[in-house]
Amino acid sequence: MRARAIALIAPLLIGAAPSPELVPDVSERAIEIRYSFTGAELLLFGAIVYPGGRRPREQVDIAVVLKGPTESIVLREKRKVAGIWVNADSTRFRSAPGYYAVASSRPIREMIDDRTAAIYELGLDNIQMSPASGAEIGDQRRFQAGLVDLRRRTGLYLEDPRGVEISEGVLYRARIRIPARVPVGKYTAETFLIEDGQVVAAAVRPVDIDKSGFERFVTIAAQRWSVVYGLSAVAMSLVLGWAGAALFRRRGT
Amino acid sequence: MDIYLPIAGLSVNMLVIVGMGVVVGLLSGLFGVGGGFLTTPLLIFYGIPPAVAVASASTQVTGASVSGVFAHMRRGGVDFRMGAVLVVGGILGAGLGAVLFRLLQASGQIDTVIGLIYVLLLGTIGGMMANESIRAILAIRRGQAPRHGMRRHNPLIAALPMRWRFYRSGLYISPLAPLLLGIATGVLTVLLGVGGGFVIVPAMIYLLGMATSVVVGTSLFQILFVTAATTMIHATTTRAVDIVLGMLLLLGSVTGAQIGAHFAQRIKPEWLRLMLALIVLAVALRMALGLGWRPEEIYTVQPA
Repeated sequence: MRARAIALIAPLLIGAAPSPELVPDVSERAIEIRYSFTGAELLLFGAIVYPGGRRPREQVDIAVVLKGPTESIVLREKRKVAGIWVNADSTRFRSAPGYYAVASSRPIREMIDDRTAAIYELGLDNIQMSPASGAEIGDQRRFQAGLVDLRRRTGLYLEDPRGVEISEGVLYRARIRIPARVPVGKYTAETFLIEDGQVVAAAVRPVDIDKSGFERFVTIAAQRWSVVYGLSAVAMSLVLGWAGAALFRRRGT
Repeated sequence: MDIYLPIAGLSVNMLVIVGMGVVVGLLSGLFGVGGGFLTTPLLIFYGIPPAVAVASASTQVTGASVSGVFAHMRRGGVDFRMGAVLVVGGILGAGLGAVLFRLLQASGQIDTVIGLIYVLLLGTIGGMMANESIRAILAIRRGQAPRHGMRRHNPLIAALPMRWRFYRSGLYISPLAPLLLGIATGVLTVLLGVGGGFVIVPAMIYLLGMATSVVVGTSLFQILFVTAATTMIHATTTRAVDIVLGMLLLLGSVTGAQIGAHFAQRIKPEWLRLMLALIVLAVALRMALGLGWRPEEIYTVQPA
């Protein structure tokens, strides 16, 4: 939804001059999580189409963002109370993305000013998480920084300031690493073309990340048929335990 | 050998998980504890989300105890009457524990409470067992006949109304005592993801004064039913039971349990108790340090 809004706004921001267009694609439209899934690498690539086929003299920049489904979370902060670390303060974010990766051809700060970066949610500091109202601005910042740091270390949030390669000013490509503990859902791959500190074109492609085969079946079973699932878990442990005992008794005597 | 766990939502090394199962199974067969007090912290330490670790550990304890129960039943080491009373108490306790778990989770203090209970419980029981077993070992060294724990008849338990005969345990006591004990372990099973064997075994020996030959078998019998009930509670409420994780742990632990049960008959019981005491104390110490040390993660995420 938001991506579509960007696509509409982008041409308006630069006036009536004919603007270049982006033709983006992703290496995989759907990533399947199977038993041996240890993460994946997604290639975001495409071409910049200039009006009249003329390439600008100045250097253009590209930023790509791969963003996972957002969820409402409670973030708790530990503090030392009477010698032990306990959860003291907490805050709520209504739309924290489960995964967020941004790659650009130059560091974001060098390409655009902070305001523009905030509008397009470019960069780990600019993710719009809708913190619950009531919290102080300073607290919100601290919590958001804490969440970004936490998820950055687990590979769920990442920023690669030199991750986009532009060849001949026309073709671009970026590799983005997806860790094994990535949340499933509908992802969006957004591409931004940046010229003179302005976003002049934007395009978006959907990417689906979902469990498949046995893993998918287990997840659905646990959610929808929880009683049957629980019974089969118990049955499995009884059978395995009993089989082990029977096996060893035969070998023992 | 990486394998993806569908409910935990991450990949793990299969051999590491099976290895954990073997170690835990060994303890289970040796001491009659489910080994959950070791599984849950190990899984969390390995990076499995705590809710999944607690829920899946209970499936593993079920499986590990089933082979243990069979092994002990063959040598007549299960008091079924005592076991049945404990199971009824345990299931009542599990229901109570589920309510407590939800309340604590909502207030955000579940981790701290779990940590504190672990330290207090394991520290006290480990200390008591170590003390008692060292005395017993020294007494035997000096050539005295091994004494039977503390007092054979606890005045508090003798004061309870109604009396049943528990033949195999060699007891004539009120069934309310094992029922209350069962309730306490049921709460612990849900809250801590443990079978509660490390509570029930010392309590059977020191509080109830049961004949030691049926203690391990009967506690495994109780653990078997209560952990099965707990798995059902988790599957229908938290939905955090990972069947693949449970299976990997089980593959290791059924093997370990058999080896453990085999060794248990060769090692002198007082040495067994000392070994268990030391392991319990080590886990308590580790948990205590964990509470005081600055945690690696200051922030934790919880879906809302």
